[in-house]
Amino acid sequence: MKKFELMDALVAPLDRANVDTDAIIPKQFLKSIKRSGFGPNAFDEWRYLDHGEPGMDNSKRQINPDFVLNQPRYQGAQILLARENFGCGSSREHAPWALEDYGFRIIISPSFADIFFNNCFKNGVLPIKLEASKVDKLFKAVEVQEGYKLKVDLEQQIITAPDGTVYNFEVDAHRKHCLLNGLDDIGLTLQHVDEIKTFEIRHLAAQPWL
Amino acid sequence: MVRQEADGTALIYIDRQLVHEVTSPQAFEGLKLAHRKPWRIASMLAVPDHNVPTTNRAAGISDPISRLQVETLDANCAEFGITEFKMGDIRQGVVHVMGPEQGATLPGMTVVCGDSHTSTHGAFAALAHGIGTSEVEHVMATQCLVAKKSNAMLVKVDGELGKGVTAKDIALAVIGKIGTAGGTGFAIEFAGSAIRALSMEGRMTLCNMAIEAGARAGMVAADETTFAYIKGRPFAPSGEQWDKAVEYWRTLHSDNGAKFDAIVELDAAQIKPQVTWGTSPEMVLAVDGHVPDPAGISDAVKRGDTERALAYMGLKANTPIREIQIDKVFIGSCTNGRIEDMRAAALVAKGKRVAANVKLAMVVPGSGLVKQQAEEEGLDKIFIAAGFEWREPGCSMCLAMNDDKLASGERCASTSNRNFEGRQGQGGRTHLVSPEMAAAAAIAGHFVDVREWQ
Repeated sequence: MKKFELMDALVAPLDRANVDTDAIIPKQFLKSIKRSGFGPNAFDEWRYLDHGEPGMDNSKRQINPDFVLNQPRYQGAQILLARENFGCGSSREHAPWALEDYGFRIIISPSFADIFFNNCFKNGVLPIKLEASKVDKLFKAVEVQEGYKLKVDLEQQIITAPDGTVYNFEVDAHRKHCLLNGLDDIGLTLQHVDEIKTFEIRHLAAQPWL
Repeated sequence: MVRQEADGTALIYIDRQLVHEVTSPQAFEGLKLAHRKPWRIASMLAVPDHNVPTTNRAAGISDPISRLQVETLDANCAEFGITEFKMGDIRQGVVHVMGPEQGATLPGMTVVCGDSHTSTHGAFAALAHGIGTSEVEHVMATQCLVAKKSNAMLVKVDGELGKGVTAKDIALAVIGKIGTAGGTGFAIEFAGSAIRALSMEGRMTLCNMAIEAGARAGMVAADETTFAYIKGRPFAPSGEQWDKAVEYWRTLHSDNGAKFDAIVELDAAQIKPQVTWGTSPEMVLAVDGHVPDPAGISDAVKRGDTERALAYMGLKANTPIREIQIDKVFIGSCTNGRIEDMRAAALVAKGKRVAANVKLAMVVPGSGLVKQQAEEEGLDKIFIAAGFEWREPGCSMCLAMNDDKLASGERCASTSNRNFEGRQGQGGRTHLVSPEMAAAAAIAGHFVDVREWQ
């Protein structure tokens, strides 16, 4: 996993609540047995006017000019500004894979669905929860100022807006440590292999039907 | 729990890992790249379900990408010696129907699967929830999951359900009340006399949809209904171990006076058959309701969502639910693909005919064993005589990864769990209902109140 570093990046707004993982990456792309290459199909049904299938040359497809992420001003955005309950529905990790492959490293929203939130951290994507009123303010600022960027410092847990406003955010200590150091959980867990074995023996002796 | 850090982050031991073809290939690949092996093969049980065809099984899977995904699961299971019920096996079915049917879900277990509807297994007083593919690999490699304790929500449903009102209607009514994010950060315990009166099939339907309320896990305390369902199933304990297990399982309920972080109460007698009208399960109404009017919504974000949903669904504000005509019907899925669901739908369809405006009404049993039992009871004949198609088991049109899908603009009465945009096919319009309501809609050609069904 890539180490997460200080970012000063362009923000793109997606102004709708309850964006589900079916919308982030439609089911036909879940047939892949790889974990990369999903970016060109992120938000496929909103982003293109034609129906997408795996294996298509996406550069030749009809772009939907009305979809916000297709606007020239948001090209290259690495921060996605979202509304309530972002990432709800299916547990597909293909959703953060697609967002990361598209270029997003940070998602700011008033709330996230639990499984999606969890999946983000496993893939070097930082989901940040901010109060709805603050997110609302950011939506307005992005709207009026082209090229709107935010500076996100995970180490300090602060976001700095161009006008100097500072937003603090919470992040779980364990997850922060993993993101900053690019660590994956399996290696960390296997440091406790003896404890797992001891637990397993005791557990299976108490409930031998398991 | 194996260990816990000072910040509450814990390592929890996983008793059962269910595996399907869509969310496991990358986990197996990661495992192999790191030269690791699954920690405890006996805890794993695999089945292909999302990509499998529901017709002409003998011809195999026509889509080469889908076929490769199923073959990859077969190869991975063969390589590591993991028990898998392959496509031709009578035990094959939707993973969340197959597991309990095999007795592979037991009270007190921790159960995971790379699938959000793993919450289903909470019906057995198991701590069960969906995980992502990285976590699938983590559980394979370590038998553990890194987790933090959820908040606890009690959903208490007392009283008696009316005629034609089902566990599905309870689930949709709860989601309508608390919203699709209402359960975020929570594990939900469903309790109360109406829940106690539900069969295991009904409890599974209810826990299945906990995730649609935002809760990763739903749960019902174990009782005699639970034990009676499990007894004698292939993976269940037997003999002396059965007695010991039941003795332990009887202790698996919340303490009297347990503190919950949130409590939601519903009166079962007040719940009517539910129909979703929009593109989120919280956009739901009783069958005698009218599609909402965005003009009456003051919150701008909510109003925008309602307008967008109505436009996508091709519905006008204030339309009575009962006047909505449908094109297709899907009865099946991990929510409503069990024997009781088949029976309930068959009872409504018996001696009737699917309406002329309904292009396709399909019944997809949740597993080969459900199919077999339904056929022994003659349910297939009832469906076929009424003009329904009787299919092979799988996820089918719940998420339309196989050939079963809606065309753009088609409207479906579906017993599945998600009415998201494009869920059943790009541009497809989904209305979530119970099996009884879906069968009645198939016959009438539009939604009807199944309480008045003759």
